[in-house]
Amino acid sequence: MAATETRTPPVAAPDAGKPAARRKPRSWPSLLVLLLGALVFLFPFYYMVVGSLQAKPDTSLGGAFPTGGLTLHNYGEINGRVNLGKSLVNSGIFTGGVILATVVFGVLAGYALARLQFRGRGTLFAAMLLVQIVPFQLLIIPIYVMIVRSYGLADTYLGMILPFAINSTAVFIFRQFFLQLPEELFSAARLDGAGEFRVLWSVALPLVRPALLTAVLLTFIGPWNEFLWPFLVTKQTDMQPLAVTLANYISNIAGRASNPFGAILAGAVVLAAPAVALFAVFQKHFIASDLGSGLKG
Amino acid sequence: MTTDLETADAARPSSLRSRLTALLGRQPLGLLFAGPYMVFLAALFAYPLGLAVWISFHRYFFAAPGAQVDRPFVGFNNYKTVLSDPAVRKSFLNVGEFLVINVPLTVVLALVLATALNSVVRLRSFLRTSYYIPYVTASVALVAVWLFLFSQDGMVNHLLGPAAPKPSWLVNSGLAMPVIALFVTWKQLGFFILLYLAALQGVSKELYEAASIDGAGRVRSFLSITVPGVRPVTTLVVILATITGANLFTEPYLLTNGGGPDGASTSPVFVMYQKGIEQGNPDVAAAIGVILVVVVLLISLIYRRVLERD
Repeated sequence: MAATETRTPPVAAPDAGKPAARRKPRSWPSLLVLLLGALVFLFPFYYMVVGSLQAKPDTSLGGAFPTGGLTLHNYGEINGRVNLGKSLVNSGIFTGGVILATVVFGVLAGYALARLQFRGRGTLFAAMLLVQIVPFQLLIIPIYVMIVRSYGLADTYLGMILPFAINSTAVFIFRQFFLQLPEELFSAARLDGAGEFRVLWSVALPLVRPALLTAVLLTFIGPWNEFLWPFLVTKQTDMQPLAVTLANYISNIAGRASNPFGAILAGAVVLAAPAVALFAVFQKHFIASDLGSGLKG
Repeated sequence: MTTDLETADAARPSSLRSRLTALLGRQPLGLLFAGPYMVFLAALFAYPLGLAVWISFHRYFFAAPGAQVDRPFVGFNNYKTVLSDPAVRKSFLNVGEFLVINVPLTVVLALVLATALNSVVRLRSFLRTSYYIPYVTASVALVAVWLFLFSQDGMVNHLLGPAAPKPSWLVNSGLAMPVIALFVTWKQLGFFILLYLAALQGVSKELYEAASIDGAGRVRSFLSITVPGVRPVTTLVVILATITGANLFTEPYLLTNGGGPDGASTSPVFVMYQKGIEQGNPDVAAAIGVILVVVVLLISLIYRRVLERD
């Protein structure tokens, strides 16, 4: 979090400075409310880290601000009970597979939707919007029947990845960015004899790199954080991603550990850290307009 | 002679091309580019949607891959089973309670915080990031901290001292669902703040200036300019929050240890999991899913009517 704080002023200044300063010079009451709110929002994260470092759970108010006696013992404890490394690898493969498929097929689909006239484009566009409204959870029964029962893909990475393979919000973001590029760029490249693939690869793609990062960040949080689907599709513990491993630890095994909460919180820190770090570092790529356009449709 | 032949030769491919154009569009390559995504949507969205409805009207049970089994049509039997099951009705009522707390709280907090964020200059990026960090973090990790905070011997009860509820939060049938609603509000709020921040950029600055010349205070211009100015996004926020609520699973499963106490915090998706996968009745579970989709669609239509009325 410290990293965000230090990099805040240069990022905030150019886009925010002028209009707010002109409208109301007195913004400190808002700032105060926002800082208090931010404290409430961030405290559980701080408490997660503190709790994971305590040898014994101290739930008094003073326990949240320990002066000493911090230990990494809980991390060893949870690593001894579950295979933390293998779970991280599984989460990584699951997430990486989804990101790869989304970037490759999503860019192609987004480009086609924005720049090419073909039969069925309108229908595809409507379907893409519809997918974002109908929640995945409601399809779990038929998808479970298909993937686990019909195709026998239980306990495989493919079975885990398939239902999430192409993130429709990312396709939408790609389409919006390709749509913003000037048409002359494309007609000029085509006049020069470039094929459609070449136009996409050498002309369009380099210009939409910011969209690529936004889409990757957005796609990352889906599979990395997902619990229900990998929970249903994996029964073997050595195939489970970290969210499932930790959930099983919380509901089944934790009672037997010497400091159950400490070990649970250590696992939670390991699960939360990659997402928090990514979004703290790349926060300026996760802005309202990208996301807003992605979901407003 | 030769010219005739040439024109005939040239005409044939061009008419073929025009027929192809009519069939596939001017740039049929688009079909190839969008092909994988089309197959994905057909196989993992449209087909399962149809399959869910089909399963819900048949007596369906799990069978080994490739096995031929009889799955007779049973009409509305599964729906009758579901609607007469008190556990299912309870789960729908629970989500109703969840939505009554979560939706208004989400709309008010997200709009107020977005408006405040829009007016500050200093620390803006830090503040915005702080609010959406819970949104990008796994529910399972966040549930772990809330379990710690709200347990019998947790910090919240320590702070409250004698005012701590008995039985404690997560095992109290009156408080389990409100705690889940608060958890989800906190987790999702940052996303809705981002949506409102985008909408606020579209509200005309002149309106605020005119209002302040007319002597309107902060609260007055918030109510008369901001709130109506972002109304389309409010509809979207309300619908998305409702869909999130309809999807509730991880929180009842982990935070209240399986929809406890005594079914006070079950959700339809949790009951779908229990009945469909744990107990092996996918037909009943599919019927719950179809009812849930229909209810969510109806609620969304009602919202639109109410919120977009002039």
